[in-house]
Amino acid sequence: MTMKVVGQRVKRYDGMAHVTGETRFVDDVIVPGTLTVKALRSPVSKGTIKTMDTSSAEAMPGVAGVITAEDVPCNAYGLVPDQPVIADETVRFKGEVVAAVAAVDEDTALEALEKINLEIEEEECVLDPLEAMKPDAPKVRPEGNVFMYDERPFRQIILGDIEAGFKDADVVVENEYVHPSLEHAQLELQTSLAVPAASGKLTIYTVSQALYFHLGQLCGILQMEPDQIQCKSWAPKTGSSWRHNAGFSDVNYIGGTVGGGFGSKNDIHADHVTALLALKTGQPCKWRWTREEDLLYSTFRGAWFITIKDGVKKDGRIVARQMKSIRDAGGYSSLNPYVVDKHSFVATGPYFVPNVQIHGYCVYTNKPPASSMRGFGVTPSVFATELQMDKIAQELGMDPWEVRFINAYRTGDQTPTRRVLNSVALVEVMQKLAEKAGVDLPDKLKNMNSKERGWT
Amino acid sequence: MKKRGIGIGASLYPTGMSGGGDSSQAQVKVQPDGTVVLTTGACDIGEGCKTVLAQMAAEVLGINYEQVKVINDNTDNCPLSFGTFASRVTYVDGKATVDAAEKARDILFEVAGQMLEANPGDMEAVDGKISVKGSPDRSLPIGEVAGAATFGMRKLVVGLGHYMREPSAPDPETGEIDPFCTLAWAAVLAEVEVDTETGEVDLLRLVCSYDVGTAINPLLTEGQIEGGGAMSIGAALSEELYPNYPSLEQAPTNLGDYAIPTTMDIPDIEAVIHECPSTNGPFGAKGIGEMTANTPAPAIINAIHDAVGVWIMTLPATPERVLRALDEKGGA
Amino acid sequence: MHSLELTVNGRSYQTTVTLKTTLLEVLRDKLFITSPKVGCNSGDCGTCSVLIDDKLVRSCITNALSTQGKEITTVEGLSKPGHLHPLQEAFHEKYGAQCGFCTPGMILAAKALLDENPKPSRKDVREALSGNLCRCAGYGKIVDSVMAAAEQMGQAKN
Ligand code: FES
Ligand code: FES
Repeated sequence: MTMKVVGQRVKRYDGMAHVTGETRFVDDVIVPGTLTVKALRSPVSKGTIKTMDTSSAEAMPGVAGVITAEDVPCNAYGLVPDQPVIADETVRFKGEVVAAVAAVDEDTALEALEKINLEIEEEECVLDPLEAMKPDAPKVRPEGNVFMYDERPFRQIILGDIEAGFKDADVVVENEYVHPSLEHAQLELQTSLAVPAASGKLTIYTVSQALYFHLGQLCGILQMEPDQIQCKSWAPKTGSSWRHNAGFSDVNYIGGTVGGGFGSKNDIHADHVTALLALKTGQPCKWRWTREEDLLYSTFRGAWFITIKDGVKKDGRIVARQMKSIRDAGGYSSLNPYVVDKHSFVATGPYFVPNVQIHGYCVYTNKPPASSMRGFGVTPSVFATELQMDKIAQELGMDPWEVRFINAYRTGDQTPTRRVLNSVALVEVMQKLAEKAGVDLPDKLKNMNSKERGWT
Repeated sequence: MKKRGIGIGASLYPTGMSGGGDSSQAQVKVQPDGTVVLTTGACDIGEGCKTVLAQMAAEVLGINYEQVKVINDNTDNCPLSFGTFASRVTYVDGKATVDAAEKARDILFEVAGQMLEANPGDMEAVDGKISVKGSPDRSLPIGEVAGAATFGMRKLVVGLGHYMREPSAPDPETGEIDPFCTLAWAAVLAEVEVDTETGEVDLLRLVCSYDVGTAINPLLTEGQIEGGGAMSIGAALSEELYPNYPSLEQAPTNLGDYAIPTTMDIPDIEAVIHECPSTNGPFGAKGIGEMTANTPAPAIINAIHDAVGVWIMTLPATPERVLRALDEKGGA
Repeated sequence: MHSLELTVNGRSYQTTVTLKTTLLEVLRDKLFITSPKVGCNSGDCGTCSVLIDDKLVRSCITNALSTQGKEITTVEGLSKPGHLHPLQEAFHEKYGAQCGFCTPGMILAAKALLDENPKPSRKDVREALSGNLCRCAGYGKIVDSVMAAAEQMGQAKN
């Protein structure tokens, strides 16, 4: 069947709006009477809140409302719901929100933050995941500093017989790789505008990459079905118009046009705070993070420490891979356990390895929570694996192209998670790369394809 | 002295959420005049899902891309999408969109079948018309069919589509799991020039070869390849959130200090698209968004090694790191 | 409070500002012209770029009072209904805009370049846009767009 529209280089659907300046991002939505939100953040990486007195801030002219942990009906959210919207007693990273203010303008909001009497008793923190894994390390989380996958402190992937694989190998190539923390640096800042209606319905303009995923979390935070969500505190202690048993239809979540995401907007950063303040003050509340806040306190790609030990045959075949990867997750789970999973599932890269043992660790430290960033955990595994391939080539005195062609997945190969592959195209993709780049491959490689191994 | 080197890297990338369970829905409504409104919960974060989903709906209904309007802006009206991440939208929301468009088309076939006295199973939707397959003279403009459905037969021409891969959890012992919808493949070549005096790395060339299954819109695919490439170049050469890791000191507080690439840091990226269709994706598509940010960085580091013989095992390859490595090695 | 008079996209406005109000705040918060974006508020990203008397500036670090009596152009001022500026056409055609957040600033930076140098090389374009960050597009198609617009405008002149 010939296709007429699919496969065509049609112009971007919203391109016209982009070039005329008509595209409306959250920050461009103007609602009369909108209050400005600012947050008070923890000055220390770890500590216990001893005093939190917001009364003088609240008494200031121009201040419409102040919220603290006490105002959050269900103060735990995330895929693993372990992150408070506003820190309650314990702070786990520098920059964690401990209170938020809504005021008539930015200057007033900032002045109000200064009037909040906050005393935090600083405690010893741990920033290095390798330190955090030690038994006597300061505790980031009460459950322990290492995320438990079932019974294990790591995700395990096992295929074949790793010992036999190493026995079969002619050489062992072992290296350590470090992938640093990276920031998404999407150009649209974390921004949220919440507009309450007298009917109780809340409209939230969001930068979310995942409307329904966040809507579910938001409904969890704002209260609801206490028997279904484990929560510490329910009814707010301050006078606000909480509606219980609200659900998805009580919030209209408006978004879908995002000024760059790259994974930075897979976690709720601002919508919960604006929602709570809008409900408390009865007025529209907008919070746009500063670039400094976005860089320092929003989610990011956590650092990775990766050790790869490969058993290799003289002919270039990798016959065993043992890999240990440690992810610096920061203070809360956010999407980190999933990131480590994804990393581990494809940890041999695009290569067939018959004997595999992968251990992926997700380790908490007193940093802001890391989370998803374009490529999840695959990015660091590609980095490590691809340097490793060149190191193997060097060790064997082989061409880097050849090592990759020899080990490239073929149709019908089994992955470390025991999937049998179809729609495999690495060999062809490499051949096309060589052609485009003007590299003349040896005939042996030119004649290979993804359907068959081409060697035994 | 300036030395040049070439490096390569390869990778695969899974489409969709690892372990499945990430569902998406779509609604395709054919208006009484034959134009179409697609409603989806997928967010457009720049990747262009409104464009590719509209293309898919248009293809199924045999109409022009311009005749499809997309609504994706609120949860009161839009059906569920799990979100724009995990390189999932083209595939997962694409399948939901195709499903919805096919169901809307089925209604049109039924109506047109009555009008043309033909079996609905024998109809096709091409070039803005609903026709009996093989007899182009027995056809009706889609608008006429939709109008007759609405006013004559009191039918609402709406298709509701859905797709979700069955959720699966890893086996605790072996990690066995069916973690992806499909896999896409990549290979990248980088050429660099390293200044052995300053440690500066100049990226001269980046050639990217990607299998994306069927490229629903090659223009947008190239956009992903170039944009992800730029991000990976930043990761390779300049970006670091905690320069004093694990200490928080000297963390950047502005975009001057956190140096993402500018126009001056990125060469014109050369892209080649390979199309090895996925077995189950919409029109054979695969996800491409994230994988583009993975492979250039190691290719660049391998090119640095090819140029001056040092391995930069900790990203990024800043001039200081390159110089230190050269020092340890005793010169280039 | 001080009174400020300025012209934006051919229309004159009068408003009041303080000594520290920025041009970006005037445009966005007082005049509701929202194409200049807040990407950093510190002069590092270029999303707030506008033209003052045809010169490219970052409005987030431009004191509003310094624009007294000046003519400001934002991307809204480049097009008329049904008629786009060649740069806008080209950014749409060549896929120079992905998420669109950097696009208004990018187009104005390109306009400032083409006003000065109607026949730029790719390198000229890269230099002229080097203060405008884009995290989505990798710049190649942005440069393509500017080159195409330059060509188009050159042809229109002949
Ligand atoms: S907002 Fe002005 S330069 Fe970034
Ligand atoms: S298009 Fe998104 S920042 Fe340039």
